[in-house]
Amino acid sequence: MRALPLGARIYVLCAVFTAAVCAAPVLRPQAAVPWATVVLLAAVYAAGARGTRAPWPEWYSPVLLAGAFLLPPAAAALVAVPGALLAPVERRPAGVRRIWHAAQQAVAVWAAARTFGALGGRAALDAVPAPGAPGFPSALAAATAAALVLCLAVIVLECGVLVSAERHSPRAAWRGRVLGSLVPHLVHGPAGLAMAVLWHSPYGPPAALLVLLPMYVSACVFALYHRERGAHQATIRALVQAVDIKDRYTRGHSERVGRASAMIARELGMRGDRLEALRIAGILHDVGKLGVPTRILRKNGPLTPEERRIIELHPEYGHEMVRGIGFLGEARAAILHHHERLDGTGYPYGLAGTQIPEFARVVAVADAFDAMTSTRTYRRGRPVATAVEELKRCAGSHFDPRMVRAFSRALDRHGWHAAVTADAAGEERGNAPADPSRALPEPAVAATRGGSAAARPDTTDGAP
Amino acid sequence: MTAGRDPADERRARDESAAGHIARGRAHRPPARGPLRRPGTRETTAPAGARGVPGPAGPADTAGSTDATPGAGPPGSRADRTAARRFTDPLDRLAGRHIRAVGRSRRGGIRGAAEGERRTGALTVAAVYGAAGALAVVALGWTEWHGVREPEAALAFGVLIAVGEAIRCADVPPALPRASGEHEQRGEPAPVAAAGALGYALLGHLDGQPTTHGVLQVVTVVVAASLAGMVPRLALGCPADPGHTARRVLTVAFAATCFQPLHHTGRLTSWFGQGAATVGYLLALLALTALCDAVLAAALARARTGWPYVPLLRDELWALPGVGSAICATGVVMALGVAVAGLGALPVLSVPLLLIQYAFRRYAGIRATYRQTIASLARSTEIAGYTPAGHARTVAGLSRAVGRELGLSEPALTVLEYAALMHDIGQLSLVDPVPAGATEPLPGAEQRRIALLGGAVVRQTGVPAEVAVIVERQADPYRDQPLTARIVRAVNAYTELATAPAAGPDGPAGTAGAAPLHALERLRLATARDFDPAVVEALATVLSSPVRGRSPLRTRG
Repeated sequence: MRALPLGARIYVLCAVFTAAVCAAPVLRPQAAVPWATVVLLAAVYAAGARGTRAPWPEWYSPVLLAGAFLLPPAAAALVAVPGALLAPVERRPAGVRRIWHAAQQAVAVWAAARTFGALGGRAALDAVPAPGAPGFPSALAAATAAALVLCLAVIVLECGVLVSAERHSPRAAWRGRVLGSLVPHLVHGPAGLAMAVLWHSPYGPPAALLVLLPMYVSACVFALYHRERGAHQATIRALVQAVDIKDRYTRGHSERVGRASAMIARELGMRGDRLEALRIAGILHDVGKLGVPTRILRKNGPLTPEERRIIELHPEYGHEMVRGIGFLGEARAAILHHHERLDGTGYPYGLAGTQIPEFARVVAVADAFDAMTSTRTYRRGRPVATAVEELKRCAGSHFDPRMVRAFSRALDRHGWHAAVTADAAGEERGNAPADPSRALPEPAVAATRGGSAAARPDTTDGAP
Repeated sequence: MTAGRDPADERRARDESAAGHIARGRAHRPPARGPLRRPGTRETTAPAGARGVPGPAGPADTAGSTDATPGAGPPGSRADRTAARRFTDPLDRLAGRHIRAVGRSRRGGIRGAAEGERRTGALTVAAVYGAAGALAVVALGWTEWHGVREPEAALAFGVLIAVGEAIRCADVPPALPRASGEHEQRGEPAPVAAAGALGYALLGHLDGQPTTHGVLQVVTVVVAASLAGMVPRLALGCPADPGHTARRVLTVAFAATCFQPLHHTGRLTSWFGQGAATVGYLLALLALTALCDAVLAAALARARTGWPYVPLLRDELWALPGVGSAICATGVVMALGVAVAGLGALPVLSVPLLLIQYAFRRYAGIRATYRQTIASLARSTEIAGYTPAGHARTVAGLSRAVGRELGLSEPALTVLEYAALMHDIGQLSLVDPVPAGATEPLPGAEQRRIALLGGAVVRQTGVPAEVAVIVERQADPYRDQPLTARIVRAVNAYTELATAPAAGPDGPAGTAGAAPLHALERLRLATARDFDPAVVEALATVLSSPVRGRSPLRTRG
């Protein structure tokens, strides 16, 4: 446990003070607070926050919005407090984090309730049951605006604490947050309004709480989706480790080639799915070695021409293996052609120039680089600079000069960390399904988290 | 699905023949040739010229790949006779007599049972379709005669149902790749339409006034909207699902019958008042409706596939708490919300269901990909030349069928399938392949060592831990195994024995058809320790069952 920076402490204290000021009017004697509603909503919110571990979307946040629509702002601010105080906290210091979350949400809900009232939502909500009055549409508009205000308030406060306590840069803290939480809140606003309308109606709270059930189910399905995705990434790693079983010399090679391929791809301006596919292509490029007899792979000493020919079949075996995996797309071509050379002397097909798919040209550079720099039992690895020189010398005959240039730029910018994540990850993973943040799309995680240094601690240490 | 053949199937067939192409280069060679088992394979996989696909499957291969599949000739009477002639040693003679006796009784019994089953299935389908059709005709006529009450509500709900039906096409991709066996789609594929239909059935008030539309108008609107929603799907080439529409009509009619008359006569108000108790009644009613729907769905699924009824019903019921509960809740909320806030609330209330549908789509996509990756991992032993081509897939399909025969639930079947796909993965760590990839003839300690190595690999794949347990325990005596591991062991042994080139060293020369029966008998004779008798009997039932969809061997022959 480490002490919080002074700035963070002041910031949290300010937030708590603001929240207290927001909620203070409930204590005034003339405030007519419907305490039953407050208690019931707070209990539901606490149950939701406490009882589920679905990370996204927070299905119970319509409760907060319903509170903001139904209650006076000061009372609405109280709805979030018990839930935030009871919610499980993953990192320490837990106490401070709980208090911070309670203050943050109280202030945000108060702002949303204020917005709703200012836009005339409360009057429209009261007019909803009256036939002929345009109650529902105008209440819907106000509700959407209030949901957006809630979303923005949460994000702004969160950015503040990231900057003051975790020392993120403001831009890094802000980036990627708004779009990610805008869509859920656009759904939660109308859901909260539906809850509020039904709560007001003769059918009362039981009907209102039914609105939450579909939200809960969708959160469950999303959680299921994320679990399955993590499992899938673990399976791809398992494919690689099946190669490691047979060929112990190249341990970690696949992982590093994947990383180098992703570096080149980013330098070439690829983003999103293509970057990811290229990374996986790099990781899986040698999967066809499964088809090569173990005796040949583990042979010490020079290979006979016959044995060499058998080893040269591995791109085709690899392609055969991954052919059934639909999402790989271009990555499959990279696996088949990563040993082609630009002048047409490579294998398996002897393609030349632009006949070789782009992905394969990238993976070829990454593969050659790692083969040169990594230390095997029979020789030491060469220094990075020598390897780059060698790549540049062969550019044009073996490798695509564009890829070599991009790789050397990327190396200048980021450096090369030969530390292998596969070893560490493989050992610590054990029986549990893979930790999603450690699993394949590491650059994606780093990009969304912003702070790249904090997101990838495992690549910075222990480089020889 | 335009040309009647699933593109996924086609791709699978192509893949298999390609894998067979590679593996045949070495798998059928004598294992004593040492590491250099396939000179000349390079020439056979020679470039297809252009970049891209390596032109895997020549026509000769496609024809040749079928001979590797087990049980190419289904166990029939001709095969019985052939088998009986060829048994020579006393054990085999005994086995032959036993087979003939079992075969005779089984053939008679199965044929009768299958006839009965098929007739019951046809009756079920006819009854459901007939009832729904008659109801629809009556309702249409009645509505035509009496006119539509509250047309704006009918129109709004009708549009919602039609849109919900139309967007379900995207929900379930028609060509979902299947690793093996058949996968039934569980749960409701069009949640928005279902909730809209239920909400209209339970609609009691509109703009402060009691509604007057009756049961038959509800049925009319649902039928018309479902048909309208079907049009874009048919235009896009998605298959129609008449069973689903029939179920929707019947369940909605049931819900409306339990609500509308009570509501019109005012009894509901006098019993429950105008408050929270009504919500309870509606919820209970929809829960009952969902149960009825599950019963109907299971009956229709049984009529279509011939699988046992109870596991099907259990799977349907298991699917209820998830999407089913969300649909019921949204149905109630729609009815009440429209009663309070007017028809404008309808789109707002259907948003959460759209979210669910989106989430399910993502989930289905990643699941399909995951399955493909597992299948690729499973094929690695085949590419590496340790096991014959298509072995993992065959064992997976047959294990699934046996598991279904034994009444396993759908999640358990998935676990079983993954385990069966990866059961040979431990062989990757062997320096030299086992002859023909058959682990069954090996000594027990060696089998267990391979199994443990396989379990270690499987544990890293992120599949449920039970899968790894099955793979690890596949070589144990059956009394120490979980049921799923018993299935994998028995099916694996059967497949290896049935596909071995000479049906084992002491058996007769393999004629198509003789090997499967011989293999089955060898399994029966080893039920004292190695194989669970119940599993072996289920396997025998699966293998000899003529009911469509049950025998994966039959579909491949």
